[in-house]
Amino acid sequence: MSEEIRLMKGNEAIAHAAVRYGVDGYFGYPITPQSEILETLTELRPWETTGMVVLQAESEVAAINMVYGGAGAGKKVMTSSSSPGVSLKQEGISYIAGAELPCLIVNVMRGGPGLGTIQPSQADYFQTTKGGGHGDYRLIALAPSSVQEMVDFVGLGLDLAFKYNNPAIILADGVIGQMMEKVVLPKQQIRRTEEEIRKECPWAITGKTADRKRNVITSLELDPERMEQNNIRFQAKYRTIEENEVRYEELYCEDAEYIAVAFGSSARICLKAVEIAREQGIKLGLLRPITLWPFPTKIIKEYAEKVKGFLSVELNAGQMVEDIRLSVNGRTAVEHYGRMGGIVFSPEEIVEALKEKLIKE
Amino acid sequence: MITAEEIIKPENLVYTKPKLMNDTHMHYCPGCSHGVVHKLVAEVVEEMGMEEKTIGVSPVGCAVFAYNYIDIDWVEAAHGRAPAVATAVKRLSPDKMVFTYQGDGDLAAIGTAETIHACNRGENIVIIFINNAIYGMTGGQMAPTTLEGMKTSTCPFGRDVKLNGYPLKISNLIAQLDGACYVTRQSVQTSPAIKKAKKALRQAFENSMAGKGTSLVEFVSTCSSGWKMTPVQSNKWMEENMFPFYPLGDLKNE
Repeated sequence: MSEEIRLMKGNEAIAHAAVRYGVDGYFGYPITPQSEILETLTELRPWETTGMVVLQAESEVAAINMVYGGAGAGKKVMTSSSSPGVSLKQEGISYIAGAELPCLIVNVMRGGPGLGTIQPSQADYFQTTKGGGHGDYRLIALAPSSVQEMVDFVGLGLDLAFKYNNPAIILADGVIGQMMEKVVLPKQQIRRTEEEIRKECPWAITGKTADRKRNVITSLELDPERMEQNNIRFQAKYRTIEENEVRYEELYCEDAEYIAVAFGSSARICLKAVEIAREQGIKLGLLRPITLWPFPTKIIKEYAEKVKGFLSVELNAGQMVEDIRLSVNGRTAVEHYGRMGGIVFSPEEIVEALKEKLIKE
Repeated sequence: MITAEEIIKPENLVYTKPKLMNDTHMHYCPGCSHGVVHKLVAEVVEEMGMEEKTIGVSPVGCAVFAYNYIDIDWVEAAHGRAPAVATAVKRLSPDKMVFTYQGDGDLAAIGTAETIHACNRGENIVIIFINNAIYGMTGGQMAPTTLEGMKTSTCPFGRDVKLNGYPLKISNLIAQLDGACYVTRQSVQTSPAIKKAKKALRQAFENSMAGKGTSLVEFVSTCSSGWKMTPVQSNKWMEENMFPFYPLGDLKNE
């Protein structure tokens, strides 16, 4: 398959991208608002073309553990779900991080807590960036704000996962998953051969040959001194990722007196809010974190010296705002504006919140 | 008089440790069935010439360190998740011979869903199931397979079915599933039993490579530490109490 321009939903785009980026296996369980990912994959029947395995698991728990097994075999594997399902996956995600395995997880967020609602939300920011499962670990978290980025981040997420032997997650929301946009699908990548996997992933369970020791995929280490060394190694890796992999987009920030910080679908709505504010003579800029972890701390710290305030605009009760406050460290004002439980704000509401919380005139 | 050097000659060799078993000191208690079953797995893999193609999935429980003893590639699964892990390994690498090695708590309590569904899909894997009716690693708590009246640290007055339900004959349940091709119950407390058990294991592994579906080999086993008995007493207790409830033999062989 060559490069192709198509109109499709964000969820469908994830499925097409998985096949085209040469994913070896997808394991999932149906949950709204992302079921189109599994549906599209079973319709595409990639097992007949690229040889990709697609399996509907009996549970989210089983699906993430299939990902663990596949990743242990050095394969490019992924799963997808939405908030309640991703909560179920947390045990497995912690094991994958602890065993230092590469994989891709997709969370198309819906409103919570609990069973919540099927409408879009960004209330899983804490779960994604602060842990979610047990132990000191980090996920490389990518936040798409367009259907094109749903495609691109499948490739980027897998590349980063394999670069650092660490799970990566695409943190999308119901808006990005369900809306249709024009996308450029990449040309078909060929799946890696067994020989390539043995070479690129010498740690993988590819079958013990006479020329090497047995490979064991595990996160277990009962000796506390060795377990601490493992943790020190993980943390060193996380510092390297923080150094090298921060990604963000700046719009209208050069002359800005105020900066809205927003990711995913919120960033799209914020862009319109920026236009409205500028029509009213308010110099508002938009900073869109693309990686939620590693967080764009440095650039926010730099702008903190110049602007009168930041407004964190999120579809939650105020989660990312904590990371902005840590980055700003008291240098300037930081406020949060959000809607919850599946309600999406309008650009006008954002401008009003900016005036009320930061401009105060 | 004949010297030791004269006796130790290849032509006099009647028994040897399988090459796949390494010299790592085992953590299992005296009288435990795990050591014998480990040896059988190593022997069968070796005799089939599948050393370079076999992937083991170890559980959470006493066998969590199985990967320290048998020189093949291993992946250590979260508690109960081994059949899901094995599913992916086998589906993504169909040329590999994949098995899980699980205890009763892992397979029949916390991992019931993964066990049933892997068997129901007919995954071409082998499930090795050690049933000693107790949680060994955590110090002797009640298992899903603990017999009625049997004392453990969480049913100190004996398993009361009104309170804890009945011991679960999960192999019988799995034998009902269309995806399972071979379900058998074995034990390793005597030489003849070991011979029979090895045959069963060999058939299970062969089934997995022939694509016949899931094979489950249950080993009714002892836990002398958890049962607070000597190894000899444990074997006797197992024969008198476990075998009547978990009778040995094939439950399904298609």
